[in-house]
Amino acid sequence: MEQVGITGPDTRKELTLNMGPQHPATHGVLRLTLDLDGEMVTRCTPHVGYLHRGIEKLAENRTYQGVMPLTDRLDYVASVANNVGYCLAVERLFGIEAPDRAQYLRTIVFEMSRISSHLLWLATHALDIGAMTVFLYCFREREWLLDIFETICGARLTVSYPRIGGVLQDMEPAVLESLDAFTRMFPEKILEYETLIDKNRIWLQRTQGVGVISAKNALRWGLTGPALRGSGVSYDLRRDDPYDAYDRVQFEVPLGKKGDVYDRYRCRMEELRQSNRIIQQCIAALPDGDILAPDAPELDMPLSGKKELVPEMSLGNASIAFGDVVPVAPKGEIYSAVEAPKGELGFYLMSDGTGNPCRMRVRSPSYVHAGALAKMCEGGFIADVIAVIGSIDIVMGECDR
Amino acid sequence: MKKEDSGLVEVEEGVRVIPGANTVITSVDKIVNWGRASSLWPMTFGLACCAIEMMAAGAAHLDLDRFGIIFRASPRQSDCMIVAGTVTMKMAPVVRKVYDQMPEPRYVIAMGSCACSGGIFKTYSTVQGVDTFLPVDVYIPGCPPRPEALIDGLLKLQKLIRKEEFTWSRWA
Repeated sequence: MEQVGITGPDTRKELTLNMGPQHPATHGVLRLTLDLDGEMVTRCTPHVGYLHRGIEKLAENRTYQGVMPLTDRLDYVASVANNVGYCLAVERLFGIEAPDRAQYLRTIVFEMSRISSHLLWLATHALDIGAMTVFLYCFREREWLLDIFETICGARLTVSYPRIGGVLQDMEPAVLESLDAFTRMFPEKILEYETLIDKNRIWLQRTQGVGVISAKNALRWGLTGPALRGSGVSYDLRRDDPYDAYDRVQFEVPLGKKGDVYDRYRCRMEELRQSNRIIQQCIAALPDGDILAPDAPELDMPLSGKKELVPEMSLGNASIAFGDVVPVAPKGEIYSAVEAPKGELGFYLMSDGTGNPCRMRVRSPSYVHAGALAKMCEGGFIADVIAVIGSIDIVMGECDR
Repeated sequence: MKKEDSGLVEVEEGVRVIPGANTVITSVDKIVNWGRASSLWPMTFGLACCAIEMMAAGAAHLDLDRFGIIFRASPRQSDCMIVAGTVTMKMAPVVRKVYDQMPEPRYVIAMGSCACSGGIFKTYSTVQGVDTFLPVDVYIPGCPPRPEALIDGLLKLQKLIRKEEFTWSRWA
């Protein structure tokens, strides 16, 4: 193409538009450069790394339990999902098994976090497309769940409630009652959201047939979670590789057909109902017993005085002994994944026998989905980019780590 | 309320009314600051976790609109920047650029430990506090701070604005 000065005629057909990192609809700090032909996107390039905080590197210098608060800040919308994913990886690596009650409690909080994550997704997705009221409605129910989180562990968002080998504290009966009241009320509220947008003509025009992913492409790009299920691929780790109490509860895996934004929206709405069902079943079947495995690592309390070494190969030594003093953990490596609200969240852990992970790598769904964004936006309109970003539900904390 | 010898009534410190005349006598500072403090429009600049609590503060339960605080999407239309979340080395120039785009007077609230001091992320890629490149007016600690803490911070900023003098004129 011939370069022309500002006085000459501009022969370029394409315009490059920079979107983000400061953009209210990019869900954090995602930056896209869009090559435009008129209003049509000819090429979309996602830029990530604006929230790279070095979580994986930080984890290498902490004890196994000490990594927990870091995992909260990966996908901060559903922090329990990260906590449980990390706990399971460590438990599987060292052969610790959480007691029954703890498994049920973890399943409950996991699904609570799924509901709060999906509610936030619906709120922001609808806000991006132009429906303000849904935002207010969703946050109303979300606050209830956050209050419950606050009652059980003191934090609203970054909870760190699960522990390696169990959970931090038991749930009081009052909390379970409040949660039970929530699950009885919630199905009505889902209907309420649906009456707001499900038959709304603007909503349908903005979502139906937009950002279509075929099942084949979804698999090729490594999409997981509702983004994959919206295309009709039945893959859910809760059912296919059950952890915690998921093998003891009944639930369905909702699937879409066409793989457009609308199908992904429908999938998540159904998941809200299924999550609600899982919580109900877990509350009903909650067994009594311990909430912490006997071989779970101790938390180092600063006021408890100098600690003594416990027998070798125990993570309890991790906070007082490093490496060569006493081997605290067996060597080995593991990849373990959970079905987080956004998709498959995997933790790859490598242990070299010391009390801190030698390497922790996070396979985050958001990062994979952000990569697929380039292909999904091509050939669509600028306005559809917003809808597509919303529909794959990315969180940059998890994407950039 | 206090009636003075001149017949004026002091309704608030520095604000006098003439009874029956529908007239208020006060300083320009008072009026300008009253206007600025009661319609503080922050910019939506969600960076990380704290942004979720910022949204919660603006949503149904805590409703920031009642303080005259309405989130704007453009820096050109806003008076106040809530830096909600971790600022990384890659993000810092962008934050600064957005700040420079805001019209004066402008205020900065550092929300959360990360924005205040880097928080738990003492790493190669994280800026250790936004005050290294922005003039911060209010710090809100917490990881993340509760929405109530954000409201407290905004109210503190309003107090700060009410105390300002001669910020309405470049000649004063």
